[in-house]
Amino acid sequence: MALTGIQIFKLLPKTNCKECGHPTCLAFAMALASGKAELASCPYVSDEAKDQLAEASAPPVRPMQIGAGDRSFKIGGETVLFRHEKTFLGPPGIGVLVSTDTDEGTLAEKLKVWDTFQFERVGFNLRPELVAIKDANGDSGKFAALAKKVADESNFCLVLMSEDVGVMKAGIDASIDRKPVIYAATKDNVDDMGALAKEKGLPLAIKADDMDGLMELTGKLTGMGLKDLILDSNSRTVRRAFEDQICLRREAIMKKNRALGFPAITFPCEMADNLDKETVIASMFIAKYAGIIILSDFIGESLFPLLVERLNIYTDPQRPMTVEQGIYEINGPDENSPVCITTNFALTYFIVSAEIDASRVPSWLLIMDTEGLSVMTAWAAGKFVGDAVGIFVNKSGIFDKVKHKKLIIPGYAASISGDLEEEVKDSEVLIGPRDAAQITKFLKEFGG
Amino acid sequence: MAFEIPKIHYTGKIKEITIGAGDKTATVGGRDCYPFHLFEGNMPHEPIIAMEIWDMEPDTWPEAAIEPFKDVISDPPAWAKKCVEEYGARIIVVQLKSTDPNGEDRPVDEAADLAKKIVDAVPVPVVFWGTAINEKDEQVLKKIAEVCEGENLSLSPVEEAIHKGVGASALGYKHTVVASTPIDINLVKQLNILLGNLGVQDEHLLVDSTTGGLGYGIEYAYSVMERITQAGLTQEDDKLQIPIINNLGNEIWKCKEASLPKEEMPTMGEPGRRAILMEAVGAVCYLLAGSDILIMRHPESIKLAREMINDLMAEN
Repeated sequence: MALTGIQIFKLLPKTNCKECGHPTCLAFAMALASGKAELASCPYVSDEAKDQLAEASAPPVRPMQIGAGDRSFKIGGETVLFRHEKTFLGPPGIGVLVSTDTDEGTLAEKLKVWDTFQFERVGFNLRPELVAIKDANGDSGKFAALAKKVADESNFCLVLMSEDVGVMKAGIDASIDRKPVIYAATKDNVDDMGALAKEKGLPLAIKADDMDGLMELTGKLTGMGLKDLILDSNSRTVRRAFEDQICLRREAIMKKNRALGFPAITFPCEMADNLDKETVIASMFIAKYAGIIILSDFIGESLFPLLVERLNIYTDPQRPMTVEQGIYEINGPDENSPVCITTNFALTYFIVSAEIDASRVPSWLLIMDTEGLSVMTAWAAGKFVGDAVGIFVNKSGIFDKVKHKKLIIPGYAASISGDLEEEVKDSEVLIGPRDAAQITKFLKEFGG
Repeated sequence: MAFEIPKIHYTGKIKEITIGAGDKTATVGGRDCYPFHLFEGNMPHEPIIAMEIWDMEPDTWPEAAIEPFKDVISDPPAWAKKCVEEYGARIIVVQLKSTDPNGEDRPVDEAADLAKKIVDAVPVPVVFWGTAINEKDEQVLKKIAEVCEGENLSLSPVEEAIHKGVGASALGYKHTVVASTPIDINLVKQLNILLGNLGVQDEHLLVDSTTGGLGYGIEYAYSVMERITQAGLTQEDDKLQIPIINNLGNEIWKCKEASLPKEEMPTMGEPGRRAILMEAVGAVCYLLAGSDILIMRHPESIKLAREMINDLMAEN
């Protein structure tokens, strides 16, 4: 729950020392309230005030860092129920289950393959983050060896799965550098598991059969001083798991219930008997609120759709996605191939490049940075106008690649052609179609 | 006392719409809560997966999409029948691709003749979906409305530019209008009002608020649908209580990643299974956002989507 500037002011030293960069403590308090300043800028604030402020201003779903190293990621921090209200902040980590039963040779092979699942898209590297290691038979030596192997041979973050505290401790000691998630504390082992998580400074997942059970455990663990908790309501049917996700998020956001204000871990791998079905269940958890999603296997056919969905659901709905400005080659163009120009709104790029691709006409596509605006909007905002586009074309280096000076512009920007011809010496500007669906026809006629 | 999920207070309800006529009908809507939020409301009709066919042999479909239909793919009425008989389609959607003025440009009368044959061939309601080239769509949809009088077909996409022409035909010949607008809640509302002013009753209206492919704008379509649902159910906006139809299969299967060969991108796996899962994952997003009729292509992705609906509707 956010505090007002005045409420924050009461907790500050009120000395107006200016060391925070603001003229008065009141001004600083106002800046804090609107999120424009950090409390850390005040060197004199008391620890007690710090705690109170942190507590009051903390997001309803606790944000936390998972893992260490290259693939570490942040979950939680959410403040809304629907993405159109405010961006979803903590994309769920996607993981794969291995167990102490898994054959070692197979595992080495699989780790290598899993590592290759990385997809470049609109400047993001889409990839899964986690391997969940399950203790199948209470053998702490085996468990530790497996955790060590995964930590040594891959850079995945880890979830260690055992309810036996001794086994868990062995696993942690073998992989502590990777900052594994501990799964799970239950009502039977909560004291020891909580103490272990606290001692090692690791996030702790808790498992209980219902919300009351979860709250009892989070209450106990936060009382012990633990902060980074992850919830498993142990529902393994689709409807119940869906309702639990809605319930957890609503409790956190609508009821400000701190006892349930933590990210959730989910297990499609325990909810279906084939990977296709797991995939659709996982897609539900991406849209509706999971913090971690564990699958039984990684294959490209399943991961790619899920990673793209996650990227889409977790984009800022207020800010368009963009692609990088530059020259894109499609279908292996040469010095005579047509040159098309459009804006860097990701959707515009995807659709235009897909249509050019489908036309099979070798082409150059020039993408101009319009701050993610589509053609019409960019034109209306004065960003996709003759001289600006001309300057971009001249600097792009396209004329080192082609020996003609024909430029194809989007139909909706037809009116810039005169200015563009003026800006780009000796050029001939052709008006392309308004609708990307007509690109194939246009290019074929252009070529023929 | 047992723990209870915090509830949302709903004041509205999605309208119940029946498409088709006689003994060939399907009913959607009637929902008074967010999609699948059965702990706090009712969904008297589960969302329906409609199956698409083309009115010409598809020239752009990847191998995996053709495979299940290869015996009927050049015979639209037989194709439609197969969807119903073999795959249990409860609604058939005919994509009028042959009428594209930039493609085959099939004349209006021929397109309408074929439309009638398809309608007569199947025991389920039929939706006709044009090419979004307004002028031709208007001519074709009006003619189909005429030759299939009284069938209560769904005519789509009815954009603002042609809402009067197609709307009047739908009124005259008793069909349903699919009001189609580009990803904007206000435009959805405005077109619904315009159609209402024309005399099209809400019972003869479906909404197409634009469907984006996975990685190609799904998030925009998803959020507009959530906003529509929110406005219709919690803000008493009765012009936003119309069931939503999503032309999903068409968007998924035309994108590059649905057919990219494994050799070009080995990490993305086999294109067939990849595209099926892309369609199924897209389907889950649209179902959760409030789709009432979801148009899909591949029998396997349809099966996955149906299982998901069943699982979400299952008794707890």
